[in-house]
Amino acid sequence: MGMRYFGTSVQRQEDKKFLMGQGRYVDDIEFVGMLHGAFLRAEIAHAKINGIDASAAREIPGVHAVYTLDDLGDPYPDKPMTTAYASPLLKQTICQHLLAKDEVCFVGQTVALVVAESRHIAEDALSRIVVDYEPLPAVADCRDALDDDAPPTHLGLESNLVGNFYGKFGDIDAAFAEAAHTFKVDFHEHRGGCHAMECRNIITNYDPGKDETTVYLTTQSPFLIRRLMARYFEEDESKIRVICPDVGGGFGPKNGPYAEEFVLAIVSKQLQRPVKWIEDRREHFVATNTQGDQMWHMEIACEDDGKILGARGRVIHDMGAFVPYGLLLPATSVFPLPGPYALPALDVTLDAVFTNKTCTSPVRGAGRPNAAYAMERLIETVARGLKLDPADVRRRNFVRKDQFPYTTGGTLPSGDPAVYDSGDFHSLLDMALYKAGYPGFKKRQAAARQEGRYLGMGISSCIEDTGFGPYEGVKVKVQPSGKVLLQTGAASQGQGHQTVYSQIVAEELGVNIESIVYQSADTGTVPHGVATAGSRVTANAGPASQAAARLVRKKALKLAAEVLEIDEDDLDIEDGVVRAIPESGRNVNISLGDLSFKLTPLMNGKVPEGYEPELEATSFTSSTGVPHASGSSVAEVEVDVETGEVKLVNYVIAHDCGNMINPMLVDGQIVGGVVHGIGNALFERMVYDENAQPMSMNYGEFLLPIATEMPPIQVLHQETPSPHNELGVKGAGEGGTIPAANAIIAAIENALEPFGVVVNDHPVDPQRICELLDAAQDSASAA
Amino acid sequence: MKPGRFTYHDPTTIDELIGLLGSLDDAKLLAGGQSLMPMLNMRFSQPDHVVDLNGIDELAGITTNGSALKIGAMTRQAALLKSNEIADQIPVMQAALQCVGHFQTRYRGTIGGSLCHLDPSAELPLIALLCDAELQVAGPDGDRSIAMGEWPLAYMMPSISESEILKSININPWPQRHGFAFEEIARRRGDFAIVGVGCQLAIDNGVISKAVIAIGGANQVPYRLTEAEEALVGQPATDDVFAAAGEVARKQDAMSDAYITAAYRQRLANVLTKRTLATAAQRATGE
Amino acid sequence: MSEQNNDEREITLTVNGKTYRETVETRIHLADFLRLQLKLTGTHLGCEHGVCGACTILVDGEAVRSCLMLAVQANGSDVTTIEGLADGEELTPIQKAFSEHHALQCGFCTSGMIMSLTAYIAENPGADEEAIREAISGNICRCTGYQSIVAAGVAVAAK
Repeated sequence: MGMRYFGTSVQRQEDKKFLMGQGRYVDDIEFVGMLHGAFLRAEIAHAKINGIDASAAREIPGVHAVYTLDDLGDPYPDKPMTTAYASPLLKQTICQHLLAKDEVCFVGQTVALVVAESRHIAEDALSRIVVDYEPLPAVADCRDALDDDAPPTHLGLESNLVGNFYGKFGDIDAAFAEAAHTFKVDFHEHRGGCHAMECRNIITNYDPGKDETTVYLTTQSPFLIRRLMARYFEEDESKIRVICPDVGGGFGPKNGPYAEEFVLAIVSKQLQRPVKWIEDRREHFVATNTQGDQMWHMEIACEDDGKILGARGRVIHDMGAFVPYGLLLPATSVFPLPGPYALPALDVTLDAVFTNKTCTSPVRGAGRPNAAYAMERLIETVARGLKLDPADVRRRNFVRKDQFPYTTGGTLPSGDPAVYDSGDFHSLLDMALYKAGYPGFKKRQAAARQEGRYLGMGISSCIEDTGFGPYEGVKVKVQPSGKVLLQTGAASQGQGHQTVYSQIVAEELGVNIESIVYQSADTGTVPHGVATAGSRVTANAGPASQAAARLVRKKALKLAAEVLEIDEDDLDIEDGVVRAIPESGRNVNISLGDLSFKLTPLMNGKVPEGYEPELEATSFTSSTGVPHASGSSVAEVEVDVETGEVKLVNYVIAHDCGNMINPMLVDGQIVGGVVHGIGNALFERMVYDENAQPMSMNYGEFLLPIATEMPPIQVLHQETPSPHNELGVKGAGEGGTIPAANAIIAAIENALEPFGVVVNDHPVDPQRICELLDAAQDSASAA
Repeated sequence: MKPGRFTYHDPTTIDELIGLLGSLDDAKLLAGGQSLMPMLNMRFSQPDHVVDLNGIDELAGITTNGSALKIGAMTRQAALLKSNEIADQIPVMQAALQCVGHFQTRYRGTIGGSLCHLDPSAELPLIALLCDAELQVAGPDGDRSIAMGEWPLAYMMPSISESEILKSININPWPQRHGFAFEEIARRRGDFAIVGVGCQLAIDNGVISKAVIAIGGANQVPYRLTEAEEALVGQPATDDVFAAAGEVARKQDAMSDAYITAAYRQRLANVLTKRTLATAAQRATGE
Repeated sequence: MSEQNNDEREITLTVNGKTYRETVETRIHLADFLRLQLKLTGTHLGCEHGVCGACTILVDGEAVRSCLMLAVQANGSDVTTIEGLADGEELTPIQKAFSEHHALQCGFCTSGMIMSLTAYIAENPGADEEAIREAISGNICRCTGYQSIVAAGVAVAAK
């Protein structure tokens, strides 16, 4: 066996090009004759369109075409898009037309497209298009959407209900009937948008000779987009090729279909020219899916010691104006609700409702950060109500390590029962608490309060269902040069796929990592893939990489044994060379390149008997079940009670994603995820006015986390291998984000305990904290 | 997000500039570009003409004229921050400059650009107001001088016509031994402040002999807290006295917008007034 | 303005040691000039309103946001972009440290981060963690959570 790669912090193979400015993102690609598009977008949240006059725009020199929906031609005026994930639970699956038809339903909806010699000229033309809008009442707040007097979000709707999702198991009535205590808590959660540093970008290039459209796209799921496009255009999948060049971050919203790529595919074919569209940041705020709001009304039943008997409640979930992505967000907000706790009974109903706002789809963690926040809120509520240590309430309710595999009683969206495979939640929490200094904190907190400083510590625990199937395709092929071609269907947006799968293949096959050539995310060349989403790729592409490399190794050893006339068991592969082991007493070897050459002879040769040509294998091996990652976080904050400012003093996360392939890259995922969660808790808020007009459309008003505001983040690892794959791996991409909000909100509440402040809603800002402090003071003085 | 079409002009002297401004309709002046360029990129501003001030050397630089400091309008924020004269004589300006944007924007951003843009939260207009700056304005009829207190007419509207240009900012520094402080509350490092407060104090034998306080971000334009300034004189430099000044700040009118209420701005004006006065008092007495 | 009239200027500037004489439309910002006209696509546009810092480059040695300067304003300047840092294949200490500390994921903000730190550390050798955090507070990264970038910057500043 060659150098050991698995489990080591190998530096990334993909770094150098980025460090030298040689990454190639969509906007860096040019074609001869390429034209540039700019979309006219709805400026009013809900309006009837009485007419569009694009004549002045068409007059501008350098403008090649202006398209409204009618200009796209048949059948598009009568062909709305379809949702990516249909579900029988969807009552109204309204999807948009490629360009607005008679009505716009959110600010940012595509209305028309200008195609011009340059983006500058295209934007010059946009301002010359006149749209005759007749404003209609809009729904801006999901909490109002089902009110009797709520206006319809789409003309003619009788109800704004999109559908329901349910989380039900156990005997909830008995739980509440028998409970020593019940508590109610309501909270509003807001989650921001994508805000990948590269926005969504597209080039479509139609080749009339081949009747084939190539789409260069910043997507997380090239195969999904190809399928959806083929289905919509009623084309064979071979006529559409989706390629992801370097992609500058995904975080979820780049996973689904958008009208823009469909429009550009049509236009490139009609104009027979390559067409580029680059989403600018202002568009990104409204045109790229966000995650939006949820309002939770929850109730929990427990015993005297905080042991939970059941939870029930209702959630209103903001879907935005259309349903491009099915019920994935509602589902992931509800089914993971039990979290790491042995919850005997659950009864939660979610109402997914239309609003006149940007469409929604998962953002890092999907609904799981919402679900985790909900469950952690219940834990905090119990601890507060019973005056118990929140750490103890968690310990009393955790699934114990001797209970794995643990069946929650709930079901996954697939209909399969939810089963936790592995973990040790108690030790994870203890690790985090110890590192954070929780045991001595009360003393430190009391001393600080004497000086008028308000320190607080908050805990949050979570699990994450990772690695959901069905598969990712991986192909490993030794080439005559000795270089090993590694292809994965999974697209990377910065996760380090090249390095991680190269580590697995190099180790399994017995080659140096430098000899691996990596290709991915091109539906024209690589094996079928599904999507880089939901922390699922490692637990799918990992096993597939291992299995494909193993098949290649087996074939190489068998052939080498025949060529070298030696027993297979006396051979090993090291540095790309098959050699006799010292114990065999023989000193013979043959390189993998030579073996590949033997399996790919030209006209004057023949394939060895009993072999298929090529030293290659393709695998779709995936995890046999759902690997569950887990984690506990502890945040420490200091709150300035005069200004409401929150300083993040420290953040500890103990995380378990099973065996780590590359600990440095895992840390990168966790820390990045935590900061995304900090953004959810404290910073990122997309403000709309009462007419659903977006207000926060620049980075001065929509606040992303920046370096100076972040605490030191300490990552601890526990490696509980998943039994669902031989590598023992679980996903790690979202485990930092999922628990973060409650750790921070609970820390703020802990700091402000002397004032009796309970925050609940997030994100929370200094102004809100001051309002809560004032309200607490008012009610104290009233009492 | 690409700028609309405009005609670009790059005069090299003030005379040439004044001539241009007299002849052009719908022109925007481009100083450091840290506010105008985003407006052009987003097409919030689509002027027919852009007049670049960066080629006019006589608009930049810091000179001393007796006791007064003359700061050219096109002096970069980074240059102010590195200036020994500013550090020695107007330390409160240096303290505020640390909070202006980021080091990358300070290389381009200018003091004159900031004063003419007149964002209510901006640090440099607040400091100019605090320091009783006299602004030198050139126009077709020659130069005129205007006190910073007269400069803001309304929200983001300075007292300058389209044919005029801000040439310099002139400040008479306080005597060497005085206390100063600047503090602001912004959501993140480098963001525009929600509220910022600057002050300078002179203290003789524990008694306040002179006090100035300026508050930005709280209302449409930065303002001086004259009521408190007057009340402080003759008072001992104690926390109670500073708290009373803070209460004066709280009672001033404040604006509200989609993000921040007037009440929160008033709260911050109070807290920061109190805190900056305490810091300034410590510095004044060398504690 | 008439749509037919392109207001253009001829400019001469040095970029990464090479002198260019180019005709530019005056409304083109410097980042677009580098990307579209000189084909130096390592400078990225993340927001085009001067907040994200992805387009940071050096103009006469000073780190600036290239979306907030017109190309015509760079006439006569010496410009350095991410493509101009490495000496052939030999990376600068900051570039190397980024890889060693896993300070980049998707790579999109990386150019601006490296240009900011290159300028800052040159002017502030020995900068500590707080200073490094402040130096990159005008550069947004959505992937890393900044900690590894700060570690890379501190490691180089301490050398």
